[in-house]
Amino acid sequence: MKLHENTAVVLSQLLAKKEVSAIEVTQSFLNRIGDLDPLLKAFVTLTPEFALKTAAEVDQKRINGKRLHPLAGVPIAIKDNICTEGIKTTCASRILSNYHPPFDATVVSSLKAIGMPLLGKTNMDEFAMGSSTENSAFFTSRNPWDPERVPGGSSGGSAVAVAAGMAPLALGSDTGGSVRQPASFCGLIGLRPTYGRVSRYGLIAFASSLDQIGPLALTAEDAALLLGAIAGYDRLDSTSLPEDVPDYSKELGAGIKGIRIGLIGENVDQQFDPEVNAAVKRKLTMLEQHGAVTGEVSLPLTDYGLGAYYLIAPSEASSNLGRYDGVRYGYKAESRHLEEMFSNTRGEGFGAEVKRRIMIGTYALSAGYYDAYYLKAMQVRTMIRRNYEKAFQSFDLILGAATPTPAFKIGEKSDDPLQMYLSDVCNINDALAGIPSISVPAGLHSSGLPMGMQISAPPSGEKLLLAAAHFLDGQKRGVPQRPQLEIGEGGSK
Amino acid sequence: MSEDFLKEVEHVSRLARLNLKPDEKEKVAGQLQSILGIAKKIQELDTTGVEPTSHVINLPAILREDVVRSSLPVDQVLLNAPKRNKNYFQVPRITAVE
Repeated sequence: MKLHENTAVVLSQLLAKKEVSAIEVTQSFLNRIGDLDPLLKAFVTLTPEFALKTAAEVDQKRINGKRLHPLAGVPIAIKDNICTEGIKTTCASRILSNYHPPFDATVVSSLKAIGMPLLGKTNMDEFAMGSSTENSAFFTSRNPWDPERVPGGSSGGSAVAVAAGMAPLALGSDTGGSVRQPASFCGLIGLRPTYGRVSRYGLIAFASSLDQIGPLALTAEDAALLLGAIAGYDRLDSTSLPEDVPDYSKELGAGIKGIRIGLIGENVDQQFDPEVNAAVKRKLTMLEQHGAVTGEVSLPLTDYGLGAYYLIAPSEASSNLGRYDGVRYGYKAESRHLEEMFSNTRGEGFGAEVKRRIMIGTYALSAGYYDAYYLKAMQVRTMIRRNYEKAFQSFDLILGAATPTPAFKIGEKSDDPLQMYLSDVCNINDALAGIPSISVPAGLHSSGLPMGMQISAPPSGEKLLLAAAHFLDGQKRGVPQRPQLEIGEGGSK
Repeated sequence: MSEDFLKEVEHVSRLARLNLKPDEKEKVAGQLQSILGIAKKIQELDTTGVEPTSHVINLPAILREDVVRSSLPVDQVLLNAPKRNKNYFQVPRITAVE
């Protein structure tokens, strides 16, 4: 077995036993990137020297007998909307294409303190607005299960990196499904933590009341380790939860006996693939056979989430993206006077989807529409939260499909924003409610593509989510399912 | 596409300081209408007396100690400036008058 084929937990054990060095591990992933990334295009920026330098420091510390975090020397890929000091952070946008942040995001400081080598920054939909990476200003990433298909988005590059063995772990961000949807399309675990559980400081803002950073991983065990490394209170984020961080890796094997699991009754979209529905039901039956108490749960407002989300998120985006004006950083258009500079900078610097969202948001917030659109959406958000609160009185976990279908083809939905928005329809309500939610593999579709199932828990219920996901991991055969890549050296097929 | 809505789109793009080319304007207007169509679905719900949620977790406002902490050095802050003059960000003239 090659080093890059291992999970983060196995790599951590090999490193602790000194069977391999962090340099060897890092080099193995860098080689894999060299082979595959020319075809799959997961990365916007690669940072091999920085990764090897971190790895060398970890190796030296281990030789000196220093106590190290289990993830010390385990490399990671980071979505390109998370600030890295001195390393280009573009949000896959023309407007930030040469932005070098003067500071680290809090999660990046945490990973640096642990000694996780940073392999590079991953591709995404511009400003995290999209579901396929097709909105990247640079290029579209490809799904390793079928390079003609999208990896999902917006954290598509992170998902590709992990699924193809170019990184054992990655960070993404999830505003309305951007970690869970690509995890589902690429056959991975993708976790959206409780709002406030992970600091947003240094995560370039899209919709502040929804944005959360979360891990993409091969196994629940790996995701638990990474979540433990990034979760916690941060005084630099005023929405940070002042709660202790439990040991997510402990009691992962607690099992699911007696856990009450509800399958969402509402069919949120008429276009659900029947195979996806069948796969979710199979998993539910399996959970029941192993002692879970299952039933159907009703979330009657499920259908309204999309409408509320596509008012709230663009409204917040239109405000957050006001900062890109050509003055302090980023692209600047030549102009005769100030207002023209703002307007041209933004007109030339933003891509079509970002412009669309700024327009929706500005419209919804403008005089005469605020009450009917934005305020109404915020009230519906309260009603959706109450839906969940009621559901969690009868159930510990809520289960449904993670995406209505497996990955779609590149170009299939890129001309139709509404169809694209619908691909996140399973993920949006949890985000509006601020609850933790995990996407786990649910088996392979007859097309050979992975399908995903989503499990949600009440606020701060990550431990239970990870225990359920870990149980499901154990029901699969041995190692995690990986795509069969028929790709040779140098990316040739 | 009604003339009125196109005018509204123009007005909103001005509010957003977002220059749209004529063909972009037309396209965005159409897409805006269909997106607002799904957004309108929430009008079906009776929200009388429902508190809006602006923050999902009910956190009390946290006050920090009024202590000065170090911030980034000026040079580092100006590092990304598209146009810089000494320790200032430089912008073109503010008035539109030629």
